Amino acid sequence: MITVYVPRDSAAVSVGADEVAAALEQAAGERIRLVRNGSRGMLWLEPLIEVATERGRIGYGPVSPHQVQGLIDAGMLDGADHELCLGVVDELPWMRDQQRLCFARVGVTDPLSVVDYEAHGGLTGLRQALAREPADVVAEMTESGLRGRGGAGFPAGVKWQTVLDTPGETKFVCCNADEGDSGTFADRMLMEGDPFCLIEGMTIAAHAVGASEGYIYVRSEYPDAVATLRRAIDIAYEHGWLGENVLGSGLRFDLFVRVGAGAYICGEETSMLESLEGKRGMVRSKPPIPAITGLFGKPTIVNNVLTLASVPRILADGGAAYSELGIERSRGTQVFQLAGNIARGGVFETAFGITLDELINGYGGGTRSGRPVRAVQVGGPLGSYVPVSQFDLPTDYEAFAAAEAMLGHGGIVVFDDTTDMSKMARFAMEFCAEESCGKCTPCRVGSVRGVEVIDRITGGEDPDGNLAVLNDLCELMTDGSLCAMGGLTPNPVRSALTHFPEDFTVNHREAK
Amino acid sequence: MSEDAETVRAIVAAHRGDRGPLLPILHDIQDTFGYIDQEWIPVLATELNVSRADVHGVITFYTDFRSEPSQATTVRVCRAEACQSLGAERLVADTEQMFGVKLGQTTPDGSVRLEQVFCLGNCALAPAVQINGRMYGRMDRARLVEVLAKGAES
Ligand SMILES: Cc1cc2nc3c(=O)[nH]c(=O)nc-3n(C[C@H](O)[C@H](O)[C@H](O)COP(=O)(O)O)c2cc1C
Ligand code: SF4
Ligand code: FES
Repeated sequence: MITVYVPRDSAAVSVGADEVAAALEQAAGERIRLVRNGSRGMLWLEPLIEVATERGRIGYGPVSPHQVQGLIDAGMLDGADHELCLGVVDELPWMRDQQRLCFARVGVTDPLSVVDYEAHGGLTGLRQALAREPADVVAEMTESGLRGRGGAGFPAGVKWQTVLDTPGETKFVCCNADEGDSGTFADRMLMEGDPFCLIEGMTIAAHAVGASEGYIYVRSEYPDAVATLRRAIDIAYEHGWLGENVLGSGLRFDLFVRVGAGAYICGEETSMLESLEGKRGMVRSKPPIPAITGLFGKPTIVNNVLTLASVPRILADGGAAYSELGIERSRGTQVFQLAGNIARGGVFETAFGITLDELINGYGGGTRSGRPVRAVQVGGPLGSYVPVSQFDLPTDYEAFAAAEAMLGHGGIVVFDDTTDMSKMARFAMEFCAEESCGKCTPCRVGSVRGVEVIDRITGGEDPDGNLAVLNDLCELMTDGSLCAMGGLTPNPVRSALTHFPEDFTVNHREAK
Repeated sequence: MSEDAETVRAIVAAHRGDRGPLLPILHDIQDTFGYIDQEWIPVLATELNVSRADVHGVITFYTDFRSEPSQATTVRVCRAEACQSLGAERLVADTEQMFGVKLGQTTPDGSVRLEQVFCLGNCALAPAVQINGRMYGRMDRARLVEVLAKGAES
């Protein structure tokens, strides 16, 4: 039997992976063992077929269903050459140059195989953790320097220490899998491609802070991730990885998946907690912080998917090893996501410090349209637009902040030179108006006003006066918003104005 | 109605041990009936010991919950930034023209409902569209026609 891989990842499926898998089964079903793996993250090559050979896994892609028979006839199952043949996948520069810690198994293993999971290092971290005192586990996390991957970059060890130090019979671990930001899809890929890794990370967190229950809050736009997680949790219970006596250690940990209902704001952690409690997703005032007064008022860890999925490896190899990677106060690896108008889009995990230019023009190959890059938005819809002149910026939280940008979760959306940046600024306000929870006036009303004012500016109506109004509005939103939805929406607006003022003038717009 | 009310009660009962069960219950009701009938709000309020206003408030806060039955094929076009960078706005216009309705509307024969969505997590294969829960990437007008035609066959 020859082992052949075709991803089950929903991005791969979105361009025909299921049809390719069906064609393979039909053409060579009795000769092959077909594994539906996660995606390797080279999304421009999807659907990607991999064939296990003595030389390693040979890749073919992107494959259309009608090409499958031809590939088989050409000897694909023996790893033969073909115009779609990419060679040994692990030796491709995109794969070879990464440092995959969080994504080590994604695309490599069968996501729901416990055998694969353990054979590729799974459970090592959990076993290490369970053999140690909770405080030691938290200390390891602190030493690693891991910062929250959901955007704000808050040190995970500090948060865990607070939950550990807060007395309470009942504590919770909540995973924020709301991933609503444009340009981000790594949470989804991890949940679909290596769900046990997230389960293991959450279980370590539970042991570290004394929690007995966990929730994964997944957005409803991700039905495949929800289904995969639910199956993985069932399997984990069957194998004693979850439940009343985790791996025979005496730890009790129960884990549940909860599905959102189409509200972007529920990615904000306190809104997510409200939603988990069965309420409207209204943002809570802080303090109190969730670590002390969280879900149902109990001490609660809230961490992003990738934060928690980074934990098993940190416990397996030690916090010191993790913190050796990266630069300045940005330690470890970041799972960069190259998106939008990019020739080679996907997931690239590497140590912090790599420049935007290396990522976008190097590995990403520039735009998909073939036109020059105009700007990139880093860190999601609340992140700044960064012009090409700043592409030498190292990916480091503080370096980005100093340049009035935001590294955030490392999602990068590329735009070419046909982009009208005033439209992107207007969209930022429109999005805020659409998704505001409505609690504070500067956010709820300011964003609606923002759209109107930008329309007046680009329509040539008293541009100077209205630019001043827009600036005041941005200031008001920054200062008077309870959370980052209203507070950071001025980022994309102001950066577009600062770097591309010409897009806001009538003359320029008429010339276009 | 009374049979439906029984079903609703059974759904609530299935979540008895859950903490904060309202969202899972609403999802189950919508999965079962395709929408959430106003008439079930009092049933839910009584069963969960909360006010009707609370239940109503939750249903209206979340865009996923529908108060009208719908048999339509749901076509959700992503309008977020990464998809815009590759022509999402054009795809929206094409789609609206194809079906003769705007985003947020259902065609007069009730067969297709168009919706906007902000990011489907397919931002490297933009523009993205979700049709009845299934994701499609690198979408354009021609591919959309093809996908919908195939869907109609099966
Ligand atoms: C409007 C808004 C949306 C957010 N969306 C997400 C999200 O989808 N996923 C996420 O992990 N964090 C999101 N965050 C950040 C969370 O509030 C919180 O900082 C994070 O979950 C903490 O986990 P971390 O420290 O592991 O990053 C959002 C914040 C805001 C203000
Ligand atoms: S800033 Fe906006 S989203 Fe955040 S709490 Fe205020 S109104 Fe709600
Ligand atoms: S922005 Fe459209 S899928 Fe992410």
